[in-house]
Amino acid sequence: MIRINCPYCGERDHSEFSYGGDATINYPSLDASEKEWTEAIFFRKNIKGFQFETWHHSNGCRMWLVVERSTVTHEIKSVKPCHPNLQKVVENNK
Amino acid sequence: MTKFNAWNVIKNGLNGQSYWTRQWRDPEPKSSYDIVIIGGGLHGLATAYYLAKNHNIKNVAVLEKGWIGGGNAGRNTTIVRSNYMMPGNHEFYEHSLKLWENLSHELNYNVMFSQRAHVSLFHSPGAKDSISRIYNIMRLHGTDAELWDLKTLKKKIPHLNYHNSRFPILGAAVQKRAGNARHDAVAWGYARAADTLGVDILQNCEVTGFTRKNGNIESIQTSRGIIKGKKIGFAVAGNTSVLWQMAELGNLPIESHKLQAFVSEAVKPLLDQVVVYGVGGAHFYISQSDKGSMVFGGDLDWYKSYAQRGNLPMVQDVAEAAMAIFPSLGRIRLLRHWAGVMDMTMDGSFFICKTPISNLYLNAGWNYGGFKASPASGWYFADLIANESPHNYVQNHNLERFEKGINIDERGAGPDPKLHG
Repeated sequence: MIRINCPYCGERDHSEFSYGGDATINYPSLDASEKEWTEAIFFRKNIKGFQFETWHHSNGCRMWLVVERSTVTHEIKSVKPCHPNLQKVVENNK
Repeated sequence: MTKFNAWNVIKNGLNGQSYWTRQWRDPEPKSSYDIVIIGGGLHGLATAYYLAKNHNIKNVAVLEKGWIGGGNAGRNTTIVRSNYMMPGNHEFYEHSLKLWENLSHELNYNVMFSQRAHVSLFHSPGAKDSISRIYNIMRLHGTDAELWDLKTLKKKIPHLNYHNSRFPILGAAVQKRAGNARHDAVAWGYARAADTLGVDILQNCEVTGFTRKNGNIESIQTSRGIIKGKKIGFAVAGNTSVLWQMAELGNLPIESHKLQAFVSEAVKPLLDQVVVYGVGGAHFYISQSDKGSMVFGGDLDWYKSYAQRGNLPMVQDVAEAAMAIFPSLGRIRLLRHWAGVMDMTMDGSFFICKTPISNLYLNAGWNYGGFKASPASGWYFADLIANESPHNYVQNHNLERFEKGINIDERGAGPDPKLHG
């Protein structure tokens, strides 16, 4: 079991969460070329090692998180709220 | 290599089994080959075999970082079927099934292919309509497919749970020519047959880098020295992205996920078919091996991973699905379970295609379906490398299909790799 330290709820089993995907995708502007959109929607770095990825605490607080996790050892380095403004709220409440 | 036939069995029986030769050589790498296939799994070995057999190209090497049969070749549930409906896919998998039907003779190696029928249960009128559509499309293309009503199903498989009131079994869609094979034997059979035709199988030979010249890959750095290849093929599903980035080619429409499989202790004959149960978030497939073990599996672990080990929540899911459909398995003990790393693609279909490097060819993205595809994968990948243009069946199985909008999405699940089960 992977344990994810949700900033809102505390440390929980990963079975409470659902995996989103690569958290580093930057979607291009609406008038960008088809090639850029294809790249953003379909193509992935698929990193072997530490990567930033999104998880949804779907059976908990239902908030989206950015997790820095190794895809080889499953070790987690950091967990943050997806939304930068919420990150500030979490930090202010510490 | 001693051929397997009645004469040699009798001769060796009388001589203390002392005249058998080794199954394949263990050659030192040559400095260059016409074609180098990276990846000594089923697809790489099959490719080398068909390059030699169909195209008479015998100066071929297969590079394997571990040992033959040690990767995904030995990490699957050995199911062979061709119940696909999308153009390209159904022709491809049907050809694969036809190759399976003659594979033991073709390779002079008993791959223990057993056409015991693949039985997909359905549990609602909507599911029946949906699967009937797929199986009708298969019939229109000449593939065998039939529907079993509840009475037939109960007669054929009496010990399914027919009293599940939440998901009552209404019947099953069946492909009778589908079945199982012995996965080790397929790997060894292809390795032995390819080796006999002159292919060098280089084990413990890990690729560590590429040297480029004039846009092409000139040579491959490996743990057993530098090897040159006029043409190079990748057949390393699970680790395709790693090799792709080693060749500085950027991103791929692939995520690596792991899929678990389970083997129980041996029991007396219990199940004659491959049974598939998929409803209400559960996904479960089971068959019984010739040794008597129940072999079964379920969904991916649901998060990206290169680790060849499974996680416990999926063990629980699979056990729950097993109990829902096969309550008689409740006291059976697991002998072992493992996970294989799969290339999960953005539309659930594979790649057999050219790449931005003109002497590099790609075979990847096999999702859940790599085992059954092995013979045809080798056949059409060899065809692509030899003729330098894709066969009609795989003309859309390339990296450009996403930009062009010709996704081959059998499930209609959209661009999320983990959903293409």
